[in-house]
Amino acid sequence: MREELLSIIEKNSRIDLKELAVRLGKEEIDIINELQKLEDERIICGYHTLINWEKTSIEKVTALIEVKVTPQRGQGFDRIASRIYNYPEVRDVYLISGGFDLLVTLEEKSLKDIARFVSEKLSTLDSILSTATHFILKKYKDHGTIIDEHVKDEREVVSL
Amino acid sequence: MSVPLNTIVKELKPSGIRKFFDLVSEMKDAISLGVGEPDFDTPWHIRDEGIYSLERGKTFYTSNSGLKELREEICKFQKRHQEIEYKPLSEVLVTVGGSEAIDIGLRAMINRGDEVIIPQPAYVSYYPCALLAGAKPVIINLKSDNNFRLTADELNNAISEKTKILILPFPNNPTGAIMEKGDLEEIAKICIEKDIYVMSDEIYSVLTYKGNHVSIASIDGMKERTILINGFSKSYAMTGWRLGYACGPEEIIKQMTKIHQFAIMCAPTTSQYAAIEALKNGDDDVKMMKDAYNQRRRFLLNAFKEMNLECFEPFGAFYVFPCIKEFGMTSEEFATKFLEEERVAAVPGNAFGDSGEGYLRISYAYSIENLKEAMARLKRFIEKLRK
Repeated sequence: MREELLSIIEKNSRIDLKELAVRLGKEEIDIINELQKLEDERIICGYHTLINWEKTSIEKVTALIEVKVTPQRGQGFDRIASRIYNYPEVRDVYLISGGFDLLVTLEEKSLKDIARFVSEKLSTLDSILSTATHFILKKYKDHGTIIDEHVKDEREVVSL
Repeated sequence: MSVPLNTIVKELKPSGIRKFFDLVSEMKDAISLGVGEPDFDTPWHIRDEGIYSLERGKTFYTSNSGLKELREEICKFQKRHQEIEYKPLSEVLVTVGGSEAIDIGLRAMINRGDEVIIPQPAYVSYYPCALLAGAKPVIINLKSDNNFRLTADELNNAISEKTKILILPFPNNPTGAIMEKGDLEEIAKICIEKDIYVMSDEIYSVLTYKGNHVSIASIDGMKERTILINGFSKSYAMTGWRLGYACGPEEIIKQMTKIHQFAIMCAPTTSQYAAIEALKNGDDDVKMMKDAYNQRRRFLLNAFKEMNLECFEPFGAFYVFPCIKEFGMTSEEFATKFLEEERVAAVPGNAFGDSGEGYLRISYAYSIENLKEAMARLKRFIEKLRK
Protein backbone atom coordinates (compact mmCIF):
# COMPACT_ATOMS: atom_id res chain seq x y z
CA MET A 1 0.00 0.00 0.00
CA ARG A 2 3.00 2.28 0.62
CA GLU A 3 3.53 3.27 -3.01
CA GLU A 4 -0.16 3.94 -3.66
CA LEU A 5 -0.53 5.85 -0.42
CA LEU A 6 2.45 8.06 -1.23
CA SER A 7 1.27 8.75 -4.74
CA ILE A 8 -2.11 9.92 -3.45
CA ILE A 9 -0.82 12.22 -0.73
CA GLU A 10 1.94 13.56 -2.92
CA LYS A 11 -0.88 15.15 -4.92
CA ASN A 12 -3.25 15.85 -2.06
CA SER A 13 -1.92 15.91 1.47
CA ARG A 14 -5.20 17.31 2.79
CA ILE A 15 -7.19 14.19 1.99
CA ASP A 16 -8.95 12.89 5.09
CA LEU A 17 -7.93 9.64 6.69
CA LYS A 18 -11.27 7.96 6.27
CA GLU A 19 -11.33 8.60 2.55
CA LEU A 20 -7.76 7.41 2.25
CA ALA A 21 -8.63 4.19 4.07
CA VAL A 22 -11.68 3.57 1.85
CA ARG A 23 -9.82 4.24 -1.37
CA LEU A 24 -6.97 1.93 -0.44
CA GLY A 25 -9.24 -0.75 1.00
CA LYS A 26 -7.59 -0.55 4.46
CA GLU A 27 -8.61 0.33 7.99
CA GLU A 28 -8.11 3.88 9.19
CA ILE A 29 -5.77 2.74 11.93
CA ASP A 30 -3.48 1.05 9.37
CA ILE A 31 -3.26 4.32 7.47
CA ILE A 32 -2.43 6.27 10.62
CA ASN A 33 0.31 3.79 11.51
CA GLU A 34 1.75 3.78 8.04
CA LEU A 35 1.83 7.58 7.86
CA GLN A 36 3.56 7.70 11.24
CA LYS A 37 6.16 5.23 10.02
CA LEU A 38 6.72 7.19 6.83
CA GLU A 39 7.24 10.34 8.87
CA ASP A 40 9.58 8.62 11.32
CA GLU A 41 11.65 7.26 8.49
CA ARG A 42 11.78 10.76 6.95
CA ILE A 43 10.23 9.39 3.78
CA ILE A 44 7.51 11.97 4.29
CA CYS A 45 9.51 15.13 4.99
CA GLY A 46 6.73 17.68 5.03
CA TYR A 47 3.31 18.66 3.73
CA HIS A 48 3.35 21.59 1.35
CA THR A 49 0.92 23.69 -0.59
CA LEU A 50 1.37 24.55 -4.23
CA ILE A 51 0.72 28.25 -4.62
CA ASN A 52 0.57 30.32 -7.75
CA TRP A 53 2.05 33.50 -6.28
CA GLU A 54 1.63 35.33 -9.53
CA LYS A 55 -2.08 35.60 -8.87
CA THR A 56 -1.54 37.27 -5.52
CA SER A 57 -0.39 40.81 -4.89
CA ILE A 58 2.69 39.46 -3.14
CA GLU A 59 5.90 40.05 -5.03
CA LYS A 60 8.24 37.11 -5.41
CA VAL A 61 11.22 36.50 -7.60
CA THR A 62 12.68 33.08 -8.09
CA ALA A 63 16.18 32.41 -9.37
CA LEU A 64 18.07 29.28 -10.34
CA ILE A 65 21.75 29.61 -9.60
CA GLU A 66 24.37 27.32 -11.07
CA VAL A 67 27.33 27.09 -8.72
CA LYS A 68 30.80 25.72 -9.40
CA VAL A 69 32.73 24.79 -6.28
CA THR A 70 35.97 23.12 -5.21
CA PRO A 71 35.06 20.00 -3.26
CA GLN A 72 36.75 19.78 0.10
CA ARG A 73 39.00 16.99 1.25
CA GLY A 74 37.19 14.37 3.29
CA GLN A 75 33.82 16.06 2.98
CA GLY A 76 33.28 16.34 -0.77
CA PHE A 77 30.43 18.71 -1.54
CA ASP A 78 28.50 18.20 1.67
CA ARG A 79 30.14 20.93 3.71
CA ILE A 80 29.78 23.65 1.13
CA ALA A 81 26.23 22.52 0.44
CA SER A 82 25.33 22.92 4.09
CA ARG A 83 26.89 26.37 4.15
CA ILE A 84 24.46 27.25 1.39
CA TYR A 85 21.30 25.46 2.44
CA ASN A 86 21.35 26.92 5.91
CA TYR A 87 20.37 30.31 4.52
CA PRO A 88 16.60 30.45 5.01
CA GLU A 89 16.05 32.24 1.69
CA VAL A 90 17.52 29.24 -0.15
CA ARG A 91 14.71 26.90 -1.19
CA ASP A 92 16.50 24.00 -2.84
CA VAL A 93 20.06 22.80 -3.15
CA TYR A 94 20.88 19.94 -5.51
CA LEU A 95 24.18 18.31 -6.38
CA ILE A 96 24.18 18.11 -10.16
CA SER A 97 26.14 16.18 -12.74
CA GLY A 98 27.44 18.05 -15.78
CA GLY A 99 28.93 21.49 -16.32
CA PHE A 100 28.50 22.75 -12.77
CA ASP A 101 28.16 21.26 -9.29
CA LEU A 102 25.30 22.71 -7.26
CA LEU A 103 21.96 24.01 -8.37
CA VAL A 104 20.52 26.46 -5.88
CA THR A 105 17.05 27.93 -6.08
CA LEU A 106 16.27 31.10 -4.27
CA GLU A 107 13.08 32.98 -3.58
CA GLU A 108 13.16 36.66 -2.70
CA LYS A 109 10.99 39.72 -2.82
CA SER A 110 12.95 41.44 -5.54
CA LEU A 111 15.69 41.12 -8.08
CA LYS A 112 17.83 43.34 -5.92
CA ASP A 113 17.54 40.94 -2.96
CA ILE A 114 18.69 38.08 -5.13
CA ALA A 115 21.59 40.08 -6.52
CA ARG A 116 22.61 40.98 -2.99
CA PHE A 117 22.49 37.35 -1.85
CA VAL A 118 24.59 36.17 -4.76
CA SER A 119 27.20 38.88 -4.60
CA GLU A 120 27.50 39.26 -0.87
CA LYS A 121 26.83 35.81 0.52
CA LEU A 122 27.18 33.12 -2.09
CA SER A 123 30.13 34.36 -4.15
CA THR A 124 32.17 35.21 -1.12
CA LEU A 125 32.16 31.67 0.25
CA ASP A 126 35.67 30.25 0.10
CA SER A 127 35.29 27.24 -2.12
CA ILE A 128 32.98 28.80 -4.67
CA LEU A 129 34.60 29.22 -8.07
CA SER A 130 31.79 30.79 -10.05
CA THR A 131 28.03 31.33 -10.20
CA ALA A 132 25.51 31.89 -12.98
CA THR A 133 22.10 33.23 -12.04
CA HIS A 134 18.93 32.63 -14.07
CA PHE A 135 15.66 34.34 -13.21
CA ILE A 136 12.39 32.54 -13.69
CA LEU A 137 10.10 34.55 -15.92
CA LYS A 138 7.06 32.34 -15.95
CA LYS A 139 6.08 29.03 -14.43
CA TYR A 140 4.21 26.73 -16.77
CA LYS A 141 4.31 23.64 -14.63
CA ASP A 142 5.30 23.19 -11.01
CA HIS A 143 5.60 19.94 -9.06
CA GLY A 144 3.83 18.04 -11.80
CA THR A 145 0.92 20.46 -11.95
CA ILE A 146 0.22 22.55 -15.02
CA ILE A 147 -0.32 26.02 -13.58
CA ASP A 148 -2.95 27.36 -15.94
CA GLU A 149 -4.74 24.13 -16.70
CA HIS A 150 -8.49 24.31 -17.00
CA VAL A 151 -10.04 20.91 -16.70
CA LYS A 152 -13.27 20.54 -18.59
CA ASP A 153 -15.14 17.35 -19.30
CA GLU A 154 -15.41 17.27 -23.06
CA ARG A 155 -16.74 13.78 -23.47
CA GLU A 156 -19.82 13.67 -25.64
CA VAL A 157 -22.78 11.38 -25.40
CA VAL A 158 -22.36 8.10 -27.21
CA SER A 159 -24.20 4.83 -27.06
CA LEU A 160 -22.06 2.78 -24.77
CA MET B 1 -42.08 6.35 -54.28
CA SER B 2 -41.30 5.22 -50.78
CA VAL B 3 -37.93 5.80 -49.20
CA PRO B 4 -35.81 2.67 -49.52
CA LEU B 5 -35.15 1.41 -46.01
CA ASN B 6 -33.98 -1.93 -44.75
CA THR B 7 -36.62 -3.59 -42.58
CA ILE B 8 -34.21 -4.93 -39.98
CA VAL B 9 -32.50 -1.57 -39.60
CA LYS B 10 -35.81 0.25 -39.49
CA GLU B 11 -37.02 -1.92 -36.66
CA LEU B 12 -33.86 -1.58 -34.56
CA LYS B 13 -34.43 0.46 -31.44
CA PRO B 14 -31.88 3.23 -30.91
CA SER B 15 -29.73 2.79 -27.83
CA GLY B 16 -31.57 3.63 -24.61
CA ILE B 17 -28.53 5.41 -23.24
CA ARG B 18 -28.61 7.96 -25.99
CA LYS B 19 -32.24 8.78 -25.38
CA PHE B 20 -31.61 9.32 -21.70
CA PHE B 21 -28.60 11.53 -22.21
CA ASP B 22 -30.29 13.84 -24.63
CA LEU B 23 -32.18 14.93 -21.53
CA VAL B 24 -28.96 15.45 -19.58
CA SER B 25 -27.33 17.63 -22.17
CA GLU B 26 -30.12 20.15 -21.74
CA MET B 27 -29.42 20.53 -18.03
CA LYS B 28 -26.63 22.85 -17.10
CA ASP B 29 -25.63 21.81 -13.59
CA ALA B 30 -26.17 18.09 -13.93
CA ILE B 31 -23.49 15.69 -12.78
CA SER B 32 -23.12 12.77 -15.13
CA LEU B 33 -22.15 9.29 -14.07
CA GLY B 34 -23.17 7.95 -17.40
CA VAL B 35 -20.22 8.08 -19.69
CA GLY B 36 -18.56 4.80 -20.53
CA GLU B 37 -15.17 6.14 -21.51
CA PRO B 38 -12.05 6.93 -19.47
CA ASP B 39 -11.80 10.43 -18.01
CA PHE B 40 -8.03 10.40 -18.53
CA ASP B 41 -6.44 12.00 -21.55
CA THR B 42 -4.44 9.65 -23.73
CA PRO B 43 -0.97 9.56 -22.09
CA TRP B 44 1.24 12.21 -23.64
CA HIS B 45 3.96 9.90 -24.99
CA ILE B 46 1.30 8.07 -26.98
CA ARG B 47 -0.20 11.28 -28.36
CA ASP B 48 3.31 12.49 -29.14
CA GLU B 49 4.00 9.38 -31.20
CA GLY B 50 0.82 10.06 -33.19
CA ILE B 51 1.91 13.64 -33.81
CA TYR B 52 5.40 12.50 -34.75
CA SER B 53 4.01 10.06 -37.29
CA LEU B 54 2.15 12.96 -38.93
CA GLU B 55 5.31 15.06 -38.98
CA ARG B 56 7.11 12.26 -40.75
CA GLY B 57 4.37 12.18 -43.35
CA LYS B 58 2.86 8.85 -42.33
CA THR B 59 -0.43 9.81 -43.86
CA PHE B 60 -1.10 6.88 -46.19
CA TYR B 61 -3.23 3.78 -45.85
CA THR B 62 -1.59 0.91 -44.04
CA SER B 63 -2.03 -2.66 -45.20
CA ASN B 64 -5.63 -3.83 -44.77
CA SER B 65 -4.80 -5.90 -41.71
CA GLY B 66 -2.86 -3.08 -40.04
CA LEU B 67 0.81 -2.18 -39.60
CA LYS B 68 2.96 -5.26 -39.22
CA GLU B 69 4.78 -3.81 -36.23
CA LEU B 70 1.47 -3.11 -34.52
CA ARG B 71 0.27 -6.66 -35.11
CA GLU B 72 3.54 -7.95 -33.69
CA GLU B 73 3.12 -5.79 -30.59
CA ILE B 74 -0.48 -7.00 -30.21
CA CYS B 75 0.80 -10.58 -30.24
CA LYS B 76 3.42 -9.74 -27.64
CA PHE B 77 0.73 -8.13 -25.49
CA GLN B 78 -1.49 -11.22 -25.72
CA LYS B 79 1.47 -13.44 -24.88
CA ARG B 80 2.53 -11.21 -21.97
CA HIS B 81 -0.93 -10.83 -20.45
CA GLN B 82 -2.90 -13.92 -21.44
CA GLU B 83 -0.22 -16.40 -22.43
CA ILE B 84 -1.79 -16.93 -25.82
CA GLU B 85 0.38 -17.10 -28.93
CA TYR B 86 -0.98 -15.60 -32.11
CA LYS B 87 0.75 -15.28 -35.46
CA PRO B 88 0.96 -11.58 -36.37
CA LEU B 89 0.65 -12.15 -40.11
CA SER B 90 -2.35 -14.44 -40.20
CA GLU B 91 -4.22 -14.37 -36.89
CA VAL B 92 -4.59 -10.64 -36.13
CA LEU B 93 -6.72 -7.94 -37.72
CA VAL B 94 -6.54 -4.29 -36.66
CA THR B 95 -10.00 -2.73 -36.71
CA VAL B 96 -11.75 0.59 -36.15
CA GLY B 97 -12.42 0.05 -32.47
CA GLY B 98 -13.55 -3.19 -30.88
CA SER B 99 -17.02 -2.41 -32.26
CA GLU B 100 -15.99 -3.01 -35.85
CA ALA B 101 -14.47 -6.34 -34.84
CA ILE B 102 -17.76 -7.38 -33.25
CA ASP B 103 -19.69 -6.44 -36.36
CA ILE B 104 -17.47 -8.02 -38.97
CA GLY B 105 -16.70 -11.03 -36.80
CA LEU B 106 -20.38 -11.88 -36.64
CA ARG B 107 -20.90 -11.14 -40.31
CA ALA B 108 -18.00 -13.39 -41.22
CA MET B 109 -19.32 -16.36 -39.26
CA ILE B 110 -23.10 -16.17 -39.38
CA ASN B 111 -25.46 -17.70 -41.89
CA ARG B 112 -29.13 -16.72 -41.88
CA GLY B 113 -30.97 -18.35 -39.00
CA ASP B 114 -27.90 -19.28 -36.95
CA GLU B 115 -28.32 -18.62 -33.27
CA VAL B 116 -26.01 -16.31 -31.34
CA ILE B 117 -26.14 -16.52 -27.58
CA ILE B 118 -25.87 -13.16 -25.84
CA PRO B 119 -25.65 -13.01 -22.05
CA GLN B 120 -27.24 -9.80 -20.74
CA PRO B 121 -26.93 -7.24 -19.18
CA ALA B 122 -24.37 -6.42 -21.83
CA TYR B 123 -23.00 -3.74 -24.07
CA VAL B 124 -25.67 -2.56 -26.47
CA SER B 125 -24.09 -3.55 -29.80
CA TYR B 126 -24.13 -7.33 -29.76
CA TYR B 127 -27.84 -7.71 -30.29
CA PRO B 128 -28.25 -5.38 -33.29
CA CYS B 129 -24.99 -6.60 -34.85
CA ALA B 130 -26.19 -10.20 -34.59
CA LEU B 131 -29.55 -9.25 -36.10
CA LEU B 132 -27.94 -7.37 -38.97
CA ALA B 133 -25.74 -10.36 -39.68
CA GLY B 134 -28.90 -12.42 -40.12
CA ALA B 135 -28.65 -14.33 -36.87
CA LYS B 136 -31.29 -15.06 -34.30
CA PRO B 137 -30.08 -13.60 -30.99
CA VAL B 138 -30.75 -15.81 -27.98
CA ILE B 139 -30.60 -13.97 -24.69
CA ILE B 140 -29.39 -15.36 -21.39
CA ASN B 141 -30.55 -13.23 -18.49
CA LEU B 142 -27.65 -13.25 -16.05
CA LYS B 143 -28.49 -13.20 -12.36
CA SER B 144 -27.24 -11.03 -9.57
CA ASP B 145 -27.24 -14.17 -7.36
CA ASN B 146 -24.36 -15.41 -9.51
CA ASN B 147 -22.70 -12.00 -9.41
CA PHE B 148 -23.76 -11.66 -13.05
CA ARG B 149 -21.39 -14.42 -14.17
CA LEU B 150 -22.42 -16.86 -16.86
CA THR B 151 -22.95 -20.37 -15.47
CA ALA B 152 -22.73 -23.71 -17.24
CA ASP B 153 -26.41 -24.43 -16.56
CA GLU B 154 -27.54 -21.15 -18.04
CA LEU B 155 -25.47 -21.79 -21.13
CA ASN B 156 -26.70 -25.37 -21.52
CA ASN B 157 -30.31 -24.22 -21.34
CA ALA B 158 -29.77 -21.67 -24.11
CA ILE B 159 -28.11 -24.02 -26.57
CA SER B 160 -30.06 -25.49 -29.47
CA GLU B 161 -29.14 -27.32 -32.66
CA LYS B 162 -28.75 -23.97 -34.35
CA THR B 163 -26.41 -22.37 -31.83
CA LYS B 164 -23.27 -21.22 -33.52
CA ILE B 165 -21.67 -18.52 -31.42
CA LEU B 166 -21.52 -17.51 -27.79
CA ILE B 167 -20.70 -13.91 -27.05
CA LEU B 168 -18.68 -13.61 -23.86
CA PRO B 169 -18.51 -10.00 -22.67
CA PHE B 170 -16.23 -10.02 -19.63
CA PRO B 171 -15.07 -7.93 -17.78
CA ASN B 172 -18.59 -6.75 -18.28
CA ASN B 173 -20.14 -3.46 -19.20
CA PRO B 174 -22.51 -2.57 -17.43
CA THR B 175 -22.23 -4.86 -14.39
CA GLY B 176 -18.48 -4.87 -13.80
CA ALA B 177 -18.64 -8.66 -13.43
CA ILE B 178 -15.66 -10.83 -14.33
CA MET B 179 -15.27 -14.52 -15.15
CA GLU B 180 -12.46 -16.31 -13.37
CA LYS B 181 -10.52 -19.28 -14.64
CA GLY B 182 -12.75 -21.89 -13.01
CA ASP B 183 -15.91 -20.27 -14.43
CA LEU B 184 -14.39 -20.17 -17.89
CA GLU B 185 -13.27 -23.80 -17.81
CA GLU B 186 -16.85 -24.94 -17.36
CA ILE B 187 -18.02 -22.77 -20.23
CA ALA B 188 -15.15 -23.98 -22.40
CA LYS B 189 -16.04 -27.60 -21.78
CA ILE B 190 -19.56 -27.06 -23.09
CA CYS B 191 -18.38 -25.06 -26.11
CA ILE B 192 -16.00 -27.83 -27.14
CA GLU B 193 -18.55 -30.56 -26.54
CA LYS B 194 -21.30 -28.76 -28.47
CA ASP B 195 -18.99 -27.30 -31.11
CA ILE B 196 -19.79 -23.68 -30.35
CA TYR B 197 -17.52 -20.78 -31.24
CA VAL B 198 -16.89 -17.93 -28.82
CA MET B 199 -16.61 -14.23 -29.47
CA SER B 200 -14.81 -13.00 -26.37
CA ASP B 201 -15.02 -9.23 -25.98
CA GLU B 202 -12.10 -8.41 -23.70
CA ILE B 203 -11.95 -4.66 -24.22
CA TYR B 204 -11.68 -4.14 -20.42
CA SER B 205 -9.08 -6.90 -19.95
CA VAL B 206 -6.51 -4.74 -18.14
CA LEU B 207 -9.12 -3.37 -15.74
CA THR B 208 -9.63 -6.19 -13.25
CA TYR B 209 -9.29 -5.76 -9.51
CA LYS B 210 -9.09 -9.36 -8.37
CA GLY B 211 -6.16 -11.11 -9.98
CA ASN B 212 -5.40 -10.75 -13.66
CA HIS B 213 -7.94 -11.21 -16.41
CA VAL B 214 -8.09 -14.70 -17.87
CA SER B 215 -9.08 -15.13 -21.49
CA ILE B 216 -11.17 -18.11 -22.52
CA ALA B 217 -8.83 -18.45 -25.50
CA SER B 218 -6.05 -19.46 -23.11
CA ILE B 219 -7.92 -22.60 -22.08
CA ASP B 220 -6.96 -25.83 -23.88
CA GLY B 221 -8.93 -26.40 -27.05
CA MET B 222 -10.43 -22.88 -27.08
CA LYS B 223 -7.96 -20.79 -29.05
CA GLU B 224 -9.03 -22.50 -32.26
CA ARG B 225 -12.70 -21.65 -31.62
CA THR B 226 -12.43 -18.16 -30.15
CA ILE B 227 -12.42 -14.73 -31.71
CA LEU B 228 -10.75 -12.55 -29.13
CA ILE B 229 -11.60 -8.87 -29.33
CA ASN B 230 -9.65 -6.15 -27.61
CA GLY B 231 -8.59 -2.58 -28.26
CA PHE B 232 -6.99 0.58 -27.02
CA SER B 233 -9.99 2.69 -25.99
CA LYS B 234 -10.40 1.58 -22.39
CA SER B 235 -6.92 0.33 -21.52
CA TYR B 236 -4.95 3.30 -22.79
CA ALA B 237 -7.71 5.95 -22.71
CA MET B 238 -7.72 6.16 -26.51
CA THR B 239 -11.45 6.16 -27.31
CA GLY B 240 -11.28 8.90 -29.93
CA TRP B 241 -8.49 7.16 -31.84
CA ARG B 242 -10.92 4.41 -32.84
CA LEU B 243 -8.62 1.44 -32.70
CA GLY B 244 -9.25 -2.17 -31.77
CA TYR B 245 -8.37 -5.62 -33.00
CA ALA B 246 -9.46 -9.20 -33.35
CA CYS B 247 -7.29 -12.28 -32.89
CA GLY B 248 -8.45 -15.72 -33.91
CA PRO B 249 -8.20 -18.70 -36.20
CA GLU B 250 -6.69 -17.89 -39.58
CA GLU B 251 -9.76 -19.02 -41.56
CA ILE B 252 -12.03 -16.59 -39.72
CA ILE B 253 -9.58 -13.68 -39.65
CA LYS B 254 -9.18 -14.11 -43.42
CA GLN B 255 -12.93 -13.71 -44.02
CA MET B 256 -13.16 -10.80 -41.59
CA THR B 257 -10.29 -9.13 -43.42
CA LYS B 258 -12.31 -9.29 -46.63
CA ILE B 259 -15.23 -7.41 -45.13
CA HIS B 260 -12.87 -4.96 -43.45
CA GLN B 261 -11.02 -4.38 -46.71
CA PHE B 262 -14.18 -3.67 -48.69
CA ALA B 263 -15.97 -1.60 -46.06
CA ILE B 264 -13.18 0.20 -44.22
CA MET B 265 -9.87 -0.29 -46.07
CA CYS B 266 -7.74 0.02 -42.95
CA ALA B 267 -7.80 1.48 -39.46
CA PRO B 268 -6.53 5.09 -39.10
CA THR B 269 -2.78 5.24 -39.71
CA THR B 270 -2.01 7.87 -37.06
CA SER B 271 -3.82 5.82 -34.45
CA GLN B 272 -1.86 2.73 -35.40
CA TYR B 273 1.48 4.46 -34.87
CA ALA B 274 0.31 5.80 -31.53
CA ALA B 275 -0.90 2.34 -30.53
CA ILE B 276 2.52 0.80 -31.15
CA GLU B 277 3.92 3.24 -28.59
CA ALA B 278 1.08 2.39 -26.19
CA LEU B 279 1.83 -1.32 -26.34
CA LYS B 280 5.58 -0.85 -26.08
CA ASN B 281 5.76 1.72 -23.31
CA GLY B 282 2.30 2.09 -21.81
CA ASP B 283 2.35 -0.42 -18.95
CA ASP B 284 2.96 2.28 -16.33
CA ASP B 285 0.06 4.35 -17.61
CA VAL B 286 -2.23 1.37 -17.42
CA LYS B 287 -1.20 0.76 -13.84
CA MET B 288 -1.70 4.39 -12.86
CA MET B 289 -5.21 4.47 -14.33
CA LYS B 290 -6.13 1.09 -12.93
CA ASP B 291 -5.06 2.14 -9.43
CA ALA B 292 -7.17 5.28 -9.73
CA TYR B 293 -10.22 3.32 -10.94
CA ASN B 294 -9.79 0.82 -8.15
CA GLN B 295 -9.75 3.59 -5.53
CA ARG B 296 -12.94 5.03 -6.95
CA ARG B 297 -14.52 1.58 -7.06
CA ARG B 298 -13.80 1.09 -3.35
CA PHE B 299 -15.07 4.58 -2.64
CA LEU B 300 -18.42 3.92 -4.36
CA LEU B 301 -18.94 0.50 -2.80
CA ASN B 302 -18.28 2.01 0.61
CA ALA B 303 -20.72 4.84 -0.11
CA PHE B 304 -23.42 2.31 -1.08
CA LYS B 305 -22.73 0.33 2.07
CA GLU B 306 -23.14 3.44 4.18
CA MET B 307 -26.50 4.20 2.62
CA ASN B 308 -27.56 0.54 2.72
CA LEU B 309 -27.91 0.29 -1.01
CA GLU B 310 -27.55 -3.25 -2.29
CA CYS B 311 -24.69 -3.80 -4.71
CA PHE B 312 -22.58 -6.86 -5.49
CA GLU B 313 -18.86 -6.25 -5.59
CA PRO B 314 -17.76 -5.86 -9.21
CA PHE B 315 -14.16 -6.73 -10.01
CA GLY B 316 -13.79 -5.39 -13.51
CA ALA B 317 -14.21 -2.51 -15.97
CA PHE B 318 -15.24 0.85 -14.49
CA TYR B 319 -18.86 0.34 -13.57
CA VAL B 320 -20.86 -0.49 -10.50
CA PHE B 321 -24.38 -1.83 -10.81
CA PRO B 322 -26.40 -1.13 -7.65
CA CYS B 323 -29.87 -2.63 -7.17
CA ILE B 324 -32.75 -0.18 -6.79
CA LYS B 325 -35.60 -2.69 -6.60
CA GLU B 326 -36.45 -1.72 -3.00
CA PHE B 327 -37.88 1.60 -4.22
CA GLY B 328 -40.62 -0.03 -6.28
CA MET B 329 -39.80 1.87 -9.44
CA THR B 330 -38.49 0.81 -12.80
CA SER B 331 -34.89 1.68 -13.59
CA GLU B 332 -36.04 4.34 -15.97
CA GLU B 333 -38.43 5.91 -13.48
CA PHE B 334 -35.72 5.91 -10.84
CA ALA B 335 -33.08 7.36 -13.15
CA THR B 336 -35.43 10.04 -14.46
CA LYS B 337 -36.56 11.09 -10.99
CA PHE B 338 -32.95 11.10 -9.76
CA LEU B 339 -32.00 13.29 -12.66
CA GLU B 340 -34.91 15.66 -12.22
CA GLU B 341 -34.64 16.01 -8.46
CA GLU B 342 -30.93 15.78 -7.83
CA ARG B 343 -29.49 16.46 -11.25
CA VAL B 344 -27.38 13.34 -11.38
CA ALA B 345 -27.44 11.16 -14.45
CA ALA B 346 -26.92 7.42 -14.24
CA VAL B 347 -27.95 4.95 -16.89
CA PRO B 348 -31.04 2.79 -16.24
CA GLY B 349 -29.99 -0.87 -16.14
CA ASN B 350 -32.66 -1.98 -18.60
CA ALA B 351 -30.78 -0.15 -21.37
CA PHE B 352 -28.50 -3.20 -21.32
CA GLY B 353 -31.22 -5.83 -21.53
CA ASP B 354 -34.27 -6.93 -19.58
CA SER B 355 -32.18 -8.48 -16.84
CA GLY B 356 -30.76 -5.05 -16.09
CA GLU B 357 -34.21 -3.92 -14.94
CA GLY B 358 -34.07 -2.87 -11.29
CA TYR B 359 -30.47 -1.74 -11.53
CA LEU B 360 -28.53 1.39 -12.31
CA ARG B 361 -25.23 1.62 -14.14
CA ILE B 362 -22.88 4.05 -12.48
CA SER B 363 -19.61 4.73 -14.25
CA TYR B 364 -16.58 5.66 -12.20
CA ALA B 365 -14.68 7.14 -15.07
CA TYR B 366 -15.03 10.40 -13.13
CA SER B 367 -12.89 12.22 -10.61
CA ILE B 368 -13.28 11.38 -6.94
CA GLU B 369 -14.56 14.92 -6.31
CA ASN B 370 -17.28 14.37 -8.86
CA LEU B 371 -18.19 11.00 -7.36
CA LYS B 372 -18.28 12.45 -3.84
CA GLU B 373 -20.80 15.09 -4.81
CA ALA B 374 -22.86 12.52 -6.72
CA MET B 375 -22.92 10.13 -3.76
CA ALA B 376 -24.01 12.91 -1.41
CA ARG B 377 -26.91 13.61 -3.76
CA LEU B 378 -27.76 9.92 -4.10
CA LYS B 379 -27.84 9.56 -0.34
CA ARG B 380 -30.19 12.52 0.01
CA PHE B 381 -32.36 11.15 -2.80
CA ILE B 382 -32.83 7.66 -1.43
CA GLU B 383 -33.36 8.88 2.11
CA LYS B 384 -36.24 10.93 0.78
CA LEU B 385 -37.64 7.90 -1.05
CA ARG B 386 -37.42 5.70 2.01
CA LYS B 387 -39.41 8.07 4.19
